[in-house]
Parts: sequence; structure tokens; C-alpha cells
Amino acid sequence: MTTLRPARLRPGWLAAGIGAVLVALVAGVALGPVTLPPGSVAAELLNLIPGVDLPSGLDEREIAIITELRLPRVVLGLLVGAMLSLAGGCYQGVFRNPLADPYLLGVAAGAGLGATMAIAFRAGAVLPPAAFAGAGIAVVVTYLLGVAGGRDRSSATLILAGVAVSSFLAAIQTYLLQRNVDTIREVYSWLLGRLATNGWHEVTLLLPYALVTTVVVLALRRELDVLSVGDTEAASLGLHPQRSRLILLAAASLGTAAAVAVSGLIGFVGIIVPHVVRLLAGGSYRSILPLSLLFGAAFLALADLAARTLIAPGELPIGVVTAFFGAPFFILVLRSTRRVSV
Amino acid sequence: MLAVEDVRVTLGDAEILHGVDLTVASGEWVTVIGPNGAGKSTLLRAVGGAVPFHGKIIIDGTPTSALPRRRRAQLVATVAQQPVVPPGMRVLDYVLLGRTPYIAPLGRESAQDLSIVEQVLDSLELRRFTGRELETLSGGERQRVFLARALAQGAPLLLLDEPTSALDIGHQQEVLELVDRLRRERSLTVLATMHDLSIAGEYADRLVLLADGRVAADGPPAQVLTEELLALHYRARVRVIAGEFGPIVVPVRVS
Repeated sequence: MTTLRPARLRPGWLAAGIGAVLVALVAGVALGPVTLPPGSVAAELLNLIPGVDLPSGLDEREIAIITELRLPRVVLGLLVGAMLSLAGGCYQGVFRNPLADPYLLGVAAGAGLGATMAIAFRAGAVLPPAAFAGAGIAVVVTYLLGVAGGRDRSSATLILAGVAVSSFLAAIQTYLLQRNVDTIREVYSWLLGRLATNGWHEVTLLLPYALVTTVVVLALRRELDVLSVGDTEAASLGLHPQRSRLILLAAASLGTAAAVAVSGLIGFVGIIVPHVVRLLAGGSYRSILPLSLLFGAAFLALADLAARTLIAPGELPIGVVTAFFGAPFFILVLRSTRRVSV
Repeated sequence: MLAVEDVRVTLGDAEILHGVDLTVASGEWVTVIGPNGAGKSTLLRAVGGAVPFHGKIIIDGTPTSALPRRRRAQLVATVAQQPVVPPGMRVLDYVLLGRTPYIAPLGRESAQDLSIVEQVLDSLELRRFTGRELETLSGGERQRVFLARALAQGAPLLLLDEPTSALDIGHQQEVLELVDRLRRERSLTVLATMHDLSIAGEYADRLVLLADGRVAADGPPAQVLTEELLALHYRARVRVIAGEFGPIVVPVRVS
């Protein structure tokens, strides 16, 4: 008789996810205008761990390229990819909707308006906080409207409120752009997403939020599985569905807002990575969420590598890369497995 | 085991239940019957804690208003009328959801949870389906899985809302025989709703006829399934024939 194996994160998939992150890390740091040998890069990366001192054969200038230029950018890519994918998987579970992405409740429109205002009013220095505040306000307003609108606090009213808030904010943003046509180019480049770094500044901005989001969402991943039977049945199993949903959405939105504030609106990652993970490693959120985190991180770091090397010295908008390479890959996975479902 | 006292439920602007009283003794099987819209499902949902109500519902000596949600889930298990079938979820993982009230908020299933589920799966002959996705099962198989999740909850009170409405006549009997066997083996108390009157009478110790949000009759099947009561509350013309396990209700055309 077969032994029962409940849905859990399988060690093999966990190892594959960590491996993907490490490959993306070394490749992202090694490749660029000056190509460094991957072995030496790995050695230098290990040297960052206190107490490790490996010979890498790199000179000071090359080490500076690693620690001051490339590593911050690769780490930022990993963090942003991890946040968007984790939040996307979380949103899909909370709304029981395969089309949900982290921008569903107005994060994108709010951040877009905040960024547009910062650029239009010549206050580029406060762009990240402005985008973050815009995203946060948009989600809170969406949630309040959704709760007020639906007596049953169902997720459908929440999604509709998100649509309304997004449209409203987009209208203001369009008006601002019309009044400040000279800023369109800059705003547009922000909307397509970019992972420009200034030392470790962006990473330190994002890191605390990323940690909170990761801890909260991963801690509640079993509750997402319970929520998949719907609010009424989840409640009959002893859960507080509204409370769980609020906590999960707040955590996922926080991480998304912080990621968007430093990277702009990078599409596609939040919706595709969780689906690929689901198709390959099974439908339980106990594996979808941690694996989305890891593979999303690796995917975005590699996409950024492509964005800055393919037409060097020029740079492609990263949103273009994620969609251009991500979409065919997703179709491939979709065709070779059974089907997509939440 | 269960006492429902003067329970009123208002949904939207409409009062659905206008003061319902009902008791179910420990180990008893009570089935609520009644025409469409009488409030059968609403009554079950009130007992299960899915809708707010006025009045008192006492389970195992404790008013439900004083029961924390998890504790209530350890006492009452519900099989909904049309349970949600989560896409992509395997039978084993679905049945394991039944252990949720025993798992700490941030914890995961223990070996004991797994062995309880294993035992439930064996007793419902579901072992060979454990790795299958719930969506791929037939209606009868699914109904057994829904039942398995409720049993895994380990609750002494089982609420079944139209447990057989999606099944053909053979599978109806199979599922109800199964419930009856499990009730004896595990000394469960069953409160069900059902549409088919003959079947309802054959399996229940007692029937409660609900009409327009009130209890119209309450007693052994032979006392409730009478031509007069059914004509009055269902506006149905029926013959009632004595059967081995209860009255058989046959609709007849009168022109």
C-alpha cells in the first residue's frame, strides 16, 4: 500500500529554485561590458561572507565592478522579481482567480500617479517615496471601498473597487501628462520598468519591506490552501477568511508597492511565474509561494541581464524583456503540461 | 447534542426563519424537509455558523455564540450543498483540509492528522483516489470525498445539506447507507436536509417539516409524511404507502 504524501514543498524543487537563484546571481555579476570569469566571480561573492577569503585572481577595479556596480543591481533584480512573483501567487490564491496579478488592487495606478507627479513637478529625488505612497493609498482606498460596497465582503467587490480606483487614478495621471508633455518620455520609461541602481541605495530601501512580506505570506501559505474551498467552507473549518485575506493582501501589497517604487512597473512576472511553478510543481500554495519567490527572483535577474547586454551599450526596458522571453516560455510550459488552474 | 431555540435569520431585508425550535439527541439522525424556500439550508447554515441569527443554538451544552471558531469546527462538520471543488487539488490534500481546526495557525499537519485521514480514507474506500485530482472524480466519488473531509474534522455533529441531490438513485442509496454506517461506527449525530421524501423518511429517525420559515411538523417519518401535511405545505397530491423502513411517498396526477 502506498504511503500518503501530502502536498508540501519537495526538497528537489527547493534545491532547483535555490540553484536558479545562484546561477542568476553569478551570471548577472559576471556578464556585462567587462566579462569576468564566473569562477572568480563566485569566489569573490563567497568572500563577502565574513571569515571567507578565497583567491579569485581579480584586481581591485574588477572587484569594485562586482561589489559596487553589478552586485547591487543583480540583488535588486532578485528582490523585485521575488516580491512581484510572491505577491502574484498570493493574489491569485486570495482571489481564487488565475488572472489576478499584484497590480489588481490599484498598486500600479497609484504608483504610476505618484511617479508621474514626482517627475512632472521636477522632484525626481522623491520618486520612490512618491510611488510607494501612491501605491499604498490606492490599495487602502480600494480595500475600504470594496468592504463598504459589499456587505458580504466578497472578493468580487474588492476587484471591482480596484478597477474603479485604477481608472480614476489613471485619469488623473493622463491629465497630468497632458499638462506636462515634456515629461512623457521620462514617465514612459518609468512605466516600462527599470532596474537602475545607485550603489546599494535601492536595495536598502526595498529590503525591509521584502522581508516583512516574505515572512508574513510564507507563514500563511497553508491558509491559502484552505481559502481555496471558498469563504463559507473555510469558515466552517475554523478559519477567519476575511481576516486571513486582509493580512495576506496587506503583506503582498506592501512588498509590491516597495518593489514598484524602486523599479517601475514591470509586468508579466507576477502573473506568469506563479503559473509556471504551479504547472511544474503542483497546485498547493505551500510549494507555489516559496518556489515563486525563488524562480521569480532568478527570472527577473536574468531578464535584467538580457536587458542590459543584448543591445549594449544601450539598454532595453526590462518589461519588454520579461514579456518577450517570458510569454513564449509560458506557452511552451502550458503546452507540455496539462492545463492552467488555480 | 443540538438544541435550536427560537432562531430567526434575516438575509437582506427578508426574514427567512421566524423562530425555529429543534432538538437533535446524541446519535440521532434528523432530516429537515420542506418545500423550496422554506429555509432548510438557512437553518443548517445557522447551525454551522455560516449566517448570523437571533435566538440560541446550543451544541453539546455550549451556546455557539460562546464557541471560538476553531472549537466550533471541532464540534460541527458541514458538507455543503455544492462544495467548492478547488481546481488542481488532490483528494488527499482536500481531505487533509478537514484537520484545519486542529492545526496551529502557522503549523502543519502532524503524523496524527495524517493517520486520522488515512483511516477515514480507508473506511470510505477512497485510498486508491488519494493522488487523483478532485475535479477528475465522478459525482458519487466526489460526494464520498466531501464526506471524508467532514469526517476528518472529527466532529460529533455532522450537517449534510442535500447530500444526494447531485446523485443518481443508486448512488443516493450508497451514500446514505455509508452515512448511516459511519453514524453507528463513530456515534455521530446527523442533521440533514433532503428533497426526496421517501428516502428522507427511510434513513432518518425523525423528520422536521419546515414551511415558510416555521416548523410545521416534527416527529417520526410516519407522522410527518402524511397525505394531509404534504398537501397542505407542498401543495402536492401524493399517495403515502407504508414501506419497510418508512412511508413511501408517490406523487400522483389528479385532473
